[in-house]
Amino acid sequence: MRYIAANLPDREMKKGSAEMLILSLVERRPRHGYEIGKLIEGRSGGVLRFNVASLYPLLYRLEERGFVEGRWVEKAGERRRRYYRLTARGRKTLRERRSMWRDFVKAIQQITAAENA
Amino acid sequence: MPDWPSEVRKLVESLGLPPAREAAIVDELAQHLSDRYEELLAGGADAEKAYRCVIEEVSDGGLGRGLKSLELARRRETAAHEGSAGWLGAFAKDLRHGGRLLRLDPGFAVVAILSLALGIGANTAIFQLLDAVRLRLLPVANARELASLRVESNTFGRTGSFTGRNPQLTYALWEQVRDQQHAFSSIAAWGSDALNSSPGGEARYVDMLWVSGEFFTTLGLQPRIGRLLSPADDRPGCGSPGLVLSDSFWQREFGGQVSALGKTVTLEGRPFEIVGVTPRTFFGVEVGRGFDVSLPICAEPLVIREKPRLADRQQWWLSAIGRLRPGWTIERASNQLATIGRGVFEATLPPQYDAVDAKHYLGFRLEAVSASSGVSSLRRRYESPLWLLLAISGLVLMIACANLANLIVARATVRQREMAVRLALGASRGRLIRQLLTENLLLAAAGAVLGAGLAQILSRGLVSFLRTQGSRWSLDLSPDWRVLACTAALALLTCLIFGLAPALQAGRTTPGEALKSSGRSLTAGRQRLGVRRALVVSQVALSLVLLVGALLFVRTLRNLQTVDTGFARDQILVAEMDLSALKLPRERRTFAKRQMLERLRAVPGVLSAADAQIVPVSGEGWNESVNVPGTAVQRKLANFNRVTPGFFKTLRTPLLSGRDFNDGDTLSTPAVAVVTKTFVRKFLNGANPVGRSFTVIQQAGRPDRVYQIVGLVKDSKYADLREEFSPIVFLPEAQDDDPDQSMHAVLRTDAPISGLVASAKQIAAERSPEVVLNFRVFETTIRESLLRERLMATLSGFFGFLAALLATIGLYGVISYMVVRRRNEIGVRMALGASRRDVLALILREAGTLLGIGLVLGTGLALLAGSAARALLFGLTPSDPVTMGIAVVSLAGIAAAASFLPAHRAATLDPMQALRED
Repeated sequence: MRYIAANLPDREMKKGSAEMLILSLVERRPRHGYEIGKLIEGRSGGVLRFNVASLYPLLYRLEERGFVEGRWVEKAGERRRRYYRLTARGRKTLRERRSMWRDFVKAIQQITAAENA
Repeated sequence: MPDWPSEVRKLVESLGLPPAREAAIVDELAQHLSDRYEELLAGGADAEKAYRCVIEEVSDGGLGRGLKSLELARRRETAAHEGSAGWLGAFAKDLRHGGRLLRLDPGFAVVAILSLALGIGANTAIFQLLDAVRLRLLPVANARELASLRVESNTFGRTGSFTGRNPQLTYALWEQVRDQQHAFSSIAAWGSDALNSSPGGEARYVDMLWVSGEFFTTLGLQPRIGRLLSPADDRPGCGSPGLVLSDSFWQREFGGQVSALGKTVTLEGRPFEIVGVTPRTFFGVEVGRGFDVSLPICAEPLVIREKPRLADRQQWWLSAIGRLRPGWTIERASNQLATIGRGVFEATLPPQYDAVDAKHYLGFRLEAVSASSGVSSLRRRYESPLWLLLAISGLVLMIACANLANLIVARATVRQREMAVRLALGASRGRLIRQLLTENLLLAAAGAVLGAGLAQILSRGLVSFLRTQGSRWSLDLSPDWRVLACTAALALLTCLIFGLAPALQAGRTTPGEALKSSGRSLTAGRQRLGVRRALVVSQVALSLVLLVGALLFVRTLRNLQTVDTGFARDQILVAEMDLSALKLPRERRTFAKRQMLERLRAVPGVLSAADAQIVPVSGEGWNESVNVPGTAVQRKLANFNRVTPGFFKTLRTPLLSGRDFNDGDTLSTPAVAVVTKTFVRKFLNGANPVGRSFTVIQQAGRPDRVYQIVGLVKDSKYADLREEFSPIVFLPEAQDDDPDQSMHAVLRTDAPISGLVASAKQIAAERSPEVVLNFRVFETTIRESLLRERLMATLSGFFGFLAALLATIGLYGVISYMVVRRRNEIGVRMALGASRRDVLALILREAGTLLGIGLVLGTGLALLAGSAARALLFGLTPSDPVTMGIAVVSLAGIAAAASFLPAHRAATLDPMQALRED
């Protein structure tokens, strides 16, 4: 029996991990909002999806708290876009949250593995 | 291509975002929607469908909600940050402005700050004393667990000999209690004493603290250096136990050096080795006293050699203190002690008691009382006076506040224009009130800081006032949180009291009215005058209460100073001589003392000399139960004294009939006595006493002793000036079959007393350099016994005077203000024919009304409040009409004089000048 439902994950779980997802996606290089949304959908196989209404307030909140920094960039032949990059503070927070998430997932796995055995 | 910016703008314009922020969001989200539209088109959807899909994704309201909550949070944070900075900034501005105004009006500022400082300082000083005497806990761990023992002795009292300041138990009782009690997890005994540390000549007394072995561990104390006494030190028959010093004694005598350990201190001629020092903050368990040295109780026979107390069941000299068991209350402890009480008293019954004394003794009860703030005779004597003084100084503070309120209201009148202009320019009333209150807070703060400093000086002054030639009070006067809280609360209270009313008044000013004329509109002025009138009436009333109080205490002191004591107290020196170093056998002592007395009599300047066992008004006493055979007088208590011939002559106590003692009264002649008039009245029904006899009840098994009365003297005070005359029996020293080794020589002289001291020292030294001496001037002893009364009279007199002064200033201010306000009216009256006398009468009537109401109120208050002081008065009642009359007349007189000045000014107005002003 599968222990993670095939339906979309519960709203609360999504909210708590959403910030971590965004921070991890801008860890290597700056990205704009649309790109971030597409990456989340693509890499999760369509399980996680963020639309405009849920993504941008999150991004702005992260920016308020100093975890990411937004900058307007204008490339030749394109409209200007706002790119977000990870700050030092954001990098620290990402590290902490990744560690917490790893422990959480490990705990869940241990419990449910024991059930199945 | 759809107009995505416009679509986004529709969604966010209702959020009220700042324009720049809104534009940025529109730009960013429009780009996102455009990318999404392109994606859908690239996926095969047609334009219409792609457009509808994108619009659906943003129209559920989620975007608006998300952005709105973000914006609200951001605004709250900004407002909080700006708000606190804003409030603080305004407060700082008000403070600066207030400071500037006070600098411009230094007269007002000085008067205001000084009167506040005096009021707050006096209150804090007295509270500080009260705190030290009554409220502060002992500086030991968990002081609240401490309780001490008391013997509840019913109406008959305890019999025996009492030494020390808190003699609750005999040693036998202590042993029984220690072994049988269950209420305390740890219990210890202690006693106070004064021992001589000098080898001879003038005595140098040190304060001794006798302790049982568990004393220091019960209190949870650790030594400063060395070690403290333990149960191992307190064993019966201990040889030469170690001595513990107090920190103050160690600092004073050994410079606080560790090398003091191992050195010795000599007490009553015997050396004791120093083994440790107590912690710096520990002063014993008696508040107001310290101690110098401490020995275990078992060492008592080593220094009190002639009549050691350990074995004597009639020597009361110990107290007990202990820690209650966890969870035990005082009541529960008392109950437990009550159950063992009977057995304890049975086991310790002194064998010398006769049947009646034994019955009383077995009826005693043991009980526990809280000792978290120690025990204190200082407390017993001074607690109610201190509370009373606190009330008095509180009243003075209130009067000072009323005065200040008056001054501020007057100032507010002058500043009306300023307030009006500020209101017209848009300041809120709340802001104005806040500013005025801040100015007053500045005054209150300055007054409090100065007052706190004044309090330290005042309280130290009070303590040194209380110090006498015989005793050393020491109190820990370092300010603790209670005192600081008191000062702060007083400052805040005064700010509110004298700041609020005028501030609210100012807030009620209507700008238009105030700006119209010079601010003398009748309605506003009348309101203000009403407030000031009420303030002055209350000041007069309170001042009267204080004046009455002051007069009561001053007259009490005067009564005590002039009371008929039955003797003449001036020019008398008391020389205490301890001859125990001479080791005289009993039968030689009386002779030795007589020889000493003869030599003292021969000193030039000595008019007469005598020896007395008890010096009057010294606090010592001796009483016995007396029977008068053939009458109903049985077991009645009388005070006793043993004196040499010439005692009455020396003290100038008149001999009324019969004779004084003489050399014919010896151990082999019948026992004789001289009695006082009160003795005759109470014991002999007023009959002629000479030739009558009475008996004194002796110990069990011995026959009553018979005395024949040979003389009658005038009544004299025995132990205290305040007491009624008591029945006194004088016995001749020569007929004492058990004389002790010390004498109290009473010397009357017409020469300077210092010279006499030197001669007495020389005489004693010639007899033996080991004779121990102590000198006291009799008059000083008596004056010091009135210390409490002098304290009350001095301080209440000072406060009463201050209060009257403040009330007078207040009345003067109000009447002056009233005259200024009514200048126009007065001018009109005079122009219409009123004479100067009529004007004078008008103003004085106004003043008289205020004064009259204040005096009536004050008299009522004084009568109510007077009963609080009843116990401290002597020779008069709290409602003494003469005192009331003097106070009323004095206050009325000063106040009338103060009102006369402005009234005179009004009467000498130039009517034309007055009418010309608008």
